[in-house]
Amino acid sequence: MVLDFSDYTFWALAAPFAAAAIAPVAKKYLGHNAAWLLALVPAAIFLHLWNYILPVSNGTPVVLATDWIPLYNVKFSIFIDGLSLLFALLISGIGTLIILYAGGYLKGHADQGRFLSFLFLFMGSMLGVVLADNLITLFIYWELTSITSFLLIGFNHKLEASRRAAIQALVVTGGGGLALLAGFILMAHTGGSWEMSELLGNRDILKDSPIYTAILLLVLGGAFTKSAQFPFHFWLPNAMEAPTPVSAYLHSATMVKAGVYLLMRVNPILGDTVLWSTILPIFGGLTLLIGTWMALRQRDLKLVLAFTTVASLGLLVMLVGTSNEKAITGAVMYLFAHALFKGGLFMIVGTIDHEAGTRDLTRLGGLRKLMPISFITAILAALSMGGLWPMIGFIAKEEVYAGIFGTSPHFIAITAVAVLGNAMMFAAGFLVAVRPFFGHERTTPKKAHEGPMLLIAGPIVLSSLGLITMIFGGFTAHSLLAPMASSVAGVQAHVKIGFGLHFNTALALSAVTVVLGLVFYKGADKIRNAKGYLIEFLGKGPDKGFDYVIAGLVRGAAGVTRVLQNGNMESYLTFTFLITAAAILLPLIGWNELPTMPQIPALHFYEWGVLGLALVGLIAILIAKDRLTAIVSLGIQGFAVALIFMLFGAPDLSFTQFMVETLSVVIIALVMTRLSLKEHDPRPLYQFLLDALVAVAIGGGMALLLISVTQVPFDPSLSNFFTENSRLIAHGRNIVNVIIVDFRGLDTLGEIAVVMITGLAVVALIRGTRHAYRKNVDPLDDMMNNEGADK
Amino acid sequence: MKTLIFRTIAPFLAALMVLFSVFVTLRGHNEPGGGFIGGLIAASAFAIHGIAAGVHSVRRTLYFRPLSLAAFGLMLAGLSGLLSILFRVPFLTGLWAFPEIFGVELALSTPMFFDIGVYFVVLGALASIALTLEE
Repeated sequence: MVLDFSDYTFWALAAPFAAAAIAPVAKKYLGHNAAWLLALVPAAIFLHLWNYILPVSNGTPVVLATDWIPLYNVKFSIFIDGLSLLFALLISGIGTLIILYAGGYLKGHADQGRFLSFLFLFMGSMLGVVLADNLITLFIYWELTSITSFLLIGFNHKLEASRRAAIQALVVTGGGGLALLAGFILMAHTGGSWEMSELLGNRDILKDSPIYTAILLLVLGGAFTKSAQFPFHFWLPNAMEAPTPVSAYLHSATMVKAGVYLLMRVNPILGDTVLWSTILPIFGGLTLLIGTWMALRQRDLKLVLAFTTVASLGLLVMLVGTSNEKAITGAVMYLFAHALFKGGLFMIVGTIDHEAGTRDLTRLGGLRKLMPISFITAILAALSMGGLWPMIGFIAKEEVYAGIFGTSPHFIAITAVAVLGNAMMFAAGFLVAVRPFFGHERTTPKKAHEGPMLLIAGPIVLSSLGLITMIFGGFTAHSLLAPMASSVAGVQAHVKIGFGLHFNTALALSAVTVVLGLVFYKGADKIRNAKGYLIEFLGKGPDKGFDYVIAGLVRGAAGVTRVLQNGNMESYLTFTFLITAAAILLPLIGWNELPTMPQIPALHFYEWGVLGLALVGLIAILIAKDRLTAIVSLGIQGFAVALIFMLFGAPDLSFTQFMVETLSVVIIALVMTRLSLKEHDPRPLYQFLLDALVAVAIGGGMALLLISVTQVPFDPSLSNFFTENSRLIAHGRNIVNVIIVDFRGLDTLGEIAVVMITGLAVVALIRGTRHAYRKNVDPLDDMMNNEGADK
Repeated sequence: MKTLIFRTIAPFLAALMVLFSVFVTLRGHNEPGGGFIGGLIAASAFAIHGIAAGVHSVRRTLYFRPLSLAAFGLMLAGLSGLLSILFRVPFLTGLWAFPEIFGVELALSTPMFFDIGVYFVVLGALASIALTLEE
């Protein structure tokens, strides 16, 4: 189907960006209540996407496309199947609640409009990631989510920690994005299409390709950084510097799942190989264990949730890594359940923080009477997170266990990791949902009370959905989860959701999980205070490693700069000329391509005269007594060259040469007066000879190069083209000018940009050295001030 | 340098050179000339004026900062390329119009505006370097 502007889906993709533009205005006039109005945007998108459920669950994915850059086969195309539809519904649905929540959370904040604007920008980018079909479109949206995440994490940009976390997230996810781009290009090159939907139709072409390993590793580089897999997990807990709506939306429900989404997306075409089912379970399993363990060690409620998110992502990656249909069904159900309970829990923690003034686990207690609604919703979410009957999380966990037990050669290890991880996750979930609400009341920085409607609407909806999706289990299973699982597994998947208990291995594993979980819950305080080198290393190590890498980069760059930019003009010139001379001469000599001695041409007497003039200029430079004479002599030589151009039929060149020579003489003379040099050349003899050597090398090299160019047969096709078409299509008789402004206009645009920048740099240099050294001010500032003062 | 003759002649010379630079720029599409050489001529005109009458006087005459002129030129060149977006042709495609004004056919084109942009960039950048050095 062709996508055009009359299609509502196009508007659904554009709407968040439009909302981003009007959010600050709406905030200005309506205050924090603008959120009610703005939330209509994602709600409308949600309802529009809802229409796709019927066709998609009937097994007909929708593809919409329009040309974008036809030259490179880049389309703006959308692919809606079970996988992308469920993601898009989560993004727009949870997005609606988050906008409301942000309205309440940042009530009265001066920059609330900007914040809402950033949230909408992110929402639009994330929708694009999951709906895009074309790989380039997908990549651009992917990078947009990194950038908007950077803006949101750094929202409190006056805090150093926020800035560091924002830059860290950008560097890690952006770096992964570059790997992903390379992976996409290889995929399109090997698979013969830029459209994901077409690549999915040809299952084995990528797996059988000799560059499969490279493709896989590059794609994993993108997915692992985005989804915070060990050892790239450190940026996600740091990203908790962002206001809570961001943590709930980006860093639990949506953006960090982009990596998992990608892995699920490419599972049919890249998955089910030895490499795939080795790397993914190992890294996913490690991430699961480290994440849950670190979660139990935190005091900050948000950090507890952040680390459990890292762990959940690890679990999902591990499950996708098995490429087994049942395990993937489990992963899909878990992902859905996770988006609901984790989003809800984050918002509750934010509400506690907002109303009680702290989110330190050890300073909260007895809030259940003060915040009853938050308490109930928290317990509901924690039940789902802990995988307890009758929540959706329970079914999801049963499905996970049923999917991995007895299905892969290493299932015992995988099952053990899953049980251990889930047990710690259980403990962490109840730490968040139980600790702050039970026990005796503590004095908190603020007198705690229930949050306003805007703050608790989101958690209520999300937590109760954990139960509602169970009650309407038939719909959830057949219309939402089964289509998604089928897309991921690449075969028809079956999902059943009901309240009935099945007495099988999975239930037994669940029982073990719960018992273990209770043990961890009891021991949480001990775990938190435990010390050990390995624990510290796994928790903080990669984060410190990031700092070392960045510091190393800066030191390396500074070192290179010190060597190459030592501040001595003479050495710059010497290096530049020597390297240029070597670049010209070495290939000429090495490949034995030195030109033959050309014949002395028959010239008119006046042509000899002009050559003589050039020679006179050159000799005058060498024997000149003072600098000014030498500069003017250089001008004589240049004028002679201009005359040669004139005699041989290049008036434009000649014209330009005259002007350039004049201006260079004037400018060099002016520079000389400024530098207040000695009138005579003070160089010692050896230096003089050395410089002469460099000059001869570059001059001689250039001459040899030009001579050998003229001795190669001349290919006239380009000049013929210009001669024939200059008048015809460019309406100009002066071919040189037509080439400059029309045929090769882009080159000229680049060149004049360089001229402009050079002008800026020279002015900054002259003014900077004059004032800045004395007054110790920023040269650029100084320049601007002076430009003004001079007028 | 500041002889009476030079100081008297320089303003006239500079004015003539600027006029000539405009002429050279505009005829460039068919005869030798163009924005680059025109910009060089204009820049030398201001350099000469600066040597004769002092930088302050030149800055007052120019009214705009030379670097602003260069920036304006760069923007003009870029925009003349962007105009093609309205006609759904690639960036920098030459577009031509031949309106008749008072019975004279006038050749208007995006390459012409591009060339004028080049003129301003070269003029602005070089004049600002020369004037800063002359201060």
